[in-house]
Amino acid sequence: MDLIALLAIQVLYAIASLALISVGLAIIFGMMRVINLAHGEFLMLGGYAAIVATSHGISIWIAMLVVAPIVVGIIGVIVEMTIIRFLYGRMVDTMLATWGLSLFLVGLTTAIFGNTTVGISAPLGSFQIGAYRTSGYTLFVIGVAVVVLAGIFAVLRWTRLGLIARGTMQNANMAAALGVNPPRVYAVTFGIGAALSGLAGAVLAPVSGVFPTIGVAYVAKSFITVIGGGAAILSGTVSASALFGTINQIATFATTPVFGEVALLATAIVLIRLLPQGITGRFFRRGL
Amino acid sequence: MMLDVQGLRTGYGRIPILNGVSFTVKVGEFIGILGHNGMGKTTLLKALMGYLPATGGLVRFDGDDVTAAEPYQRARLGLGYVPQGREIFSGLTVYDNLRMGCTKQAGSERDTIAEVLEEFPRLKPLLDRSGGALSGGEQQLLALARCLCGKPRLVLLDEPTEGIQPSIIDEIVEILLQQRNKSGLTMILVEQNLDFIAALSKRILIIQKGTITREVRPDDLGDPSLVGEFIGITT
Repeated sequence: MDLIALLAIQVLYAIASLALISVGLAIIFGMMRVINLAHGEFLMLGGYAAIVATSHGISIWIAMLVVAPIVVGIIGVIVEMTIIRFLYGRMVDTMLATWGLSLFLVGLTTAIFGNTTVGISAPLGSFQIGAYRTSGYTLFVIGVAVVVLAGIFAVLRWTRLGLIARGTMQNANMAAALGVNPPRVYAVTFGIGAALSGLAGAVLAPVSGVFPTIGVAYVAKSFITVIGGGAAILSGTVSASALFGTINQIATFATTPVFGEVALLATAIVLIRLLPQGITGRFFRRGL
Repeated sequence: MMLDVQGLRTGYGRIPILNGVSFTVKVGEFIGILGHNGMGKTTLLKALMGYLPATGGLVRFDGDDVTAAEPYQRARLGLGYVPQGREIFSGLTVYDNLRMGCTKQAGSERDTIAEVLEEFPRLKPLLDRSGGALSGGEQQLLALARCLCGKPRLVLLDEPTEGIQPSIIDEIVEILLQQRNKSGLTMILVEQNLDFIAALSKRILIIQKGTITREVRPDDLGDPSLVGEFIGITT
């Protein structure tokens, strides 16, 4: 019984961390069809933003939940206005440009912080489940993921900003005829996607540490999740994270973490073979 | 003067479509535009809305020079556009489509939508339906209602009767006439349906090879030889 509870927490944590690292990418890809290969670096910058802020005496909670998303969100808006804006509709060019950006950001952070892993210790200690102990921070990460996903749902579903975003995503020209300025919507959306990536990078920094090339570890998983999820931003991210996270964690539990990753990738390949449009290409089509 | 177009030129890439279009529209006037396929009717509306950059000429809307303005800027100045093919947001509900029409205003969207829906009883039971699930005629009504939610002063209407059942065409005529009487709406209508254009327009401009070649009155559309010569439609 205790083991099952522990396993359940681990599975939820795997799902939550996948959803967190993917949702920023899903927003940017789902809204603008921009494949942002610098996504991993946005996560990395979020981690550094949190670490630098805490080392200047800011509380770790504010550093992770406020400073990191704001810093990376601003970087995202700047990137959109200086690079992405000129490349809409040119998928290959955007991929090249964001790949270049990714290399630049890795080089820049290596020059500033050095090629070493820095970390912050996870707050919240650990708690007992029967014979096992697990970290309280695990539950915090799950909580953050739930709040982020619920927040995105609420914004898309109930606010004017969310309506404008959904309308512009479907038909930017018609939205413009109704007085919406699409470039501004894109800049804001890109900024929000980047900010959520920064938040994810910061929240996961105590777990994984931060180093300049950590983006590589994130980017593959987040792309697999977004593509596996398909076009719908929210239901896609949630369903794909749930599927991949569960399989990854159960396989890890049964064997080793390496085999867990293998199981995740194998599932992704089978899924894309069966559902080339992703999960939401077939199911939950009317979801957000 | 609501709209003043002088020598407007535009095209797709290097292919010119409009070669100097000039006309004016007074406040409260309903203008029809007739012409063969490929003569530049839709292109004219797209240029007036700002989707195609003007390569020459001048467009003044209510005194403002909008020749180089973006579509969203023209919309905010009071231009409304009901495009060919209707361009409903198919993944949004009917109500959300109408809300999109309200986005350029600061006021309460609930009141605006309720007011507009008074004129569109047919849409009232459909508000929760997704836009893509509506019939062509219902979509046309929705596109018009969505445009009116933005409280436009000048509406550009592109072939609203295309593929629409006759009962809805009559409804559209009634709604537009009522809008003119009630709120002084001005309209430019591109149309192939002669009865529809004659029922609504006071002046009809004939467009040929990218210029306005002639102006006729609605009664003239009863003359088959004239219609055949300038419009190329025999009824």
